[in-house]
Amino acid sequence: MRDVVVIGAGMTKFGELWDKSIKDIFVEAALRAIEDAGVKQIDSMYVGAMSSGLFVGQEHLGAVMADYLGVTPIPATHVESACASGGVSFRQAFLEVASGASDIVMAGGVEKMTDGADVTEALATAADQEYEVYQGVTFPGLYAMIAHAHMKEFGTTRKQLAAVAVKNHRNGSKNPNAQFRSEITIDQVLNATMVADPFGLLDCSPVSDGAAAVIVASMDVAKKLKKKPIKVLASAQASDTIALHSRPGITTLGSVVNAAKKAYKMAGLKPSDIDLCEVHDCFTIAEVVVSEDLGFFKKGEGGKAAEKGLTAIGGKIPINTSGGLKSKGHPVGATGIAQIIELYEQLNGKAGDRQVKGARIGMAQNMGGSGASCVIHILESGK
Amino acid sequence: MITARYHREIPQRYRLEAGKCAKCGYVAFPPRLVCPKCKTKKFKTINLKDEGKILTYTIIRVGPDKFSKETPYAIGIVEVSDGVRLTTQIADVDVEKLKIGQKVKLVFRKIQDDGKAGIHMYGYKAVLV
Ligand SMILES: [Zn+2]
Repeated sequence: MRDVVVIGAGMTKFGELWDKSIKDIFVEAALRAIEDAGVKQIDSMYVGAMSSGLFVGQEHLGAVMADYLGVTPIPATHVESACASGGVSFRQAFLEVASGASDIVMAGGVEKMTDGADVTEALATAADQEYEVYQGVTFPGLYAMIAHAHMKEFGTTRKQLAAVAVKNHRNGSKNPNAQFRSEITIDQVLNATMVADPFGLLDCSPVSDGAAAVIVASMDVAKKLKKKPIKVLASAQASDTIALHSRPGITTLGSVVNAAKKAYKMAGLKPSDIDLCEVHDCFTIAEVVVSEDLGFFKKGEGGKAAEKGLTAIGGKIPINTSGGLKSKGHPVGATGIAQIIELYEQLNGKAGDRQVKGARIGMAQNMGGSGASCVIHILESGK
Repeated sequence: MITARYHREIPQRYRLEAGKCAKCGYVAFPPRLVCPKCKTKKFKTINLKDEGKILTYTIIRVGPDKFSKETPYAIGIVEVSDGVRLTTQIADVDVEKLKIGQKVKLVFRKIQDDGKAGIHMYGYKAVLV
């Protein structure tokens, strides 16, 4: 496989973007990415989106976006893997360039969630419709069941979970593209309206609109453009049972463990080599479990690590320097690409007030459903 | 809900029918065409035992539209005989007093309605024993 590098990135602000359509926001992000890369054309493009059919009644997003971006007749494909759609979109672009089939490819992601659709119902389509959703479970409910099991097995506390939200809001307050730029306190998290025990509202990521896009290219193209090469060291993906109840363990996400194993092997790295990591914190417990399953902390220690500040900027392993899904916002299809953009900015030393000093290797972990899909990328900043 | 779709699930939802792998004994609920453990395609139909225990649970305080009149309600992952686990509401209980490990029994209940003029939809819920 050829070396693949990220040469450009662009995103919209995440939030309630009522004055803009799904086309507007995708094109806005894509144009920024193309301008940032400094390329005249792209060979093909991928659009990650979870459920535009339910959210805005529009499918066939590959062609829709190629049309409005004015890049027809290039190949344009919609990629869907629930909340991992963005990360999988990036993986498709990576594979296309790595294989030699194309030289310059766009990986985008978008979701427009505030146009009036029943968001709870749309998101629930990422779970088992007949054997989970039928019974009345919601996504907060599924992760809440992981949380209760984790609390019972390892003594994880609501306060430790709250520490995740507080840290992510602190990071997000320094991110101009974040939906929520306000800091919050542990007490605010603990006293928020309950959604699904043990989660209050502030344990949950918000409903958001947003789009993000990156341009990946072969090393040859990057050299011609005189870009600092942000190289993709690893791209790995894994699946698991669609229903949470079908898994042997409820406190471990098998897809994360399996994708991480492949990613570390492909990059020739171990957890301690990673300088910063963007993880899929759709709910506070998700960040705790994933930080363990990626090997940053021993199983059961993730909550304590968050409470001790080990995942803050300046800590042992800074997690979600962007603010994560919790504070930056979670337009589901755009999330995986926005994670890559955070790594791109950090590895270029352009993350402003939230810069991790000397960051050289970054990881992004994006997942769908209650963990039935997971995609992981490792990026390295070259000289 | 489309009637055919509801009808297809009746053996599982009303009678707890599962598929037991003829080779390795793995019990698939709902039944599957291929065993995820040993890849065998031969299954025998069995009925799950209705007794089990709560492995984890949550209390849904903000529900989907269809269930919004029922909040707060409890949902859990219950393990029944043969190691089968399923997601089910835990009914007739003071939700504040639920605990992991409690013993339950699956009973036949109405689960939801399909709109104002639609059908009642049934299935299993767990109750404490
Ligand atoms: Zn078998």
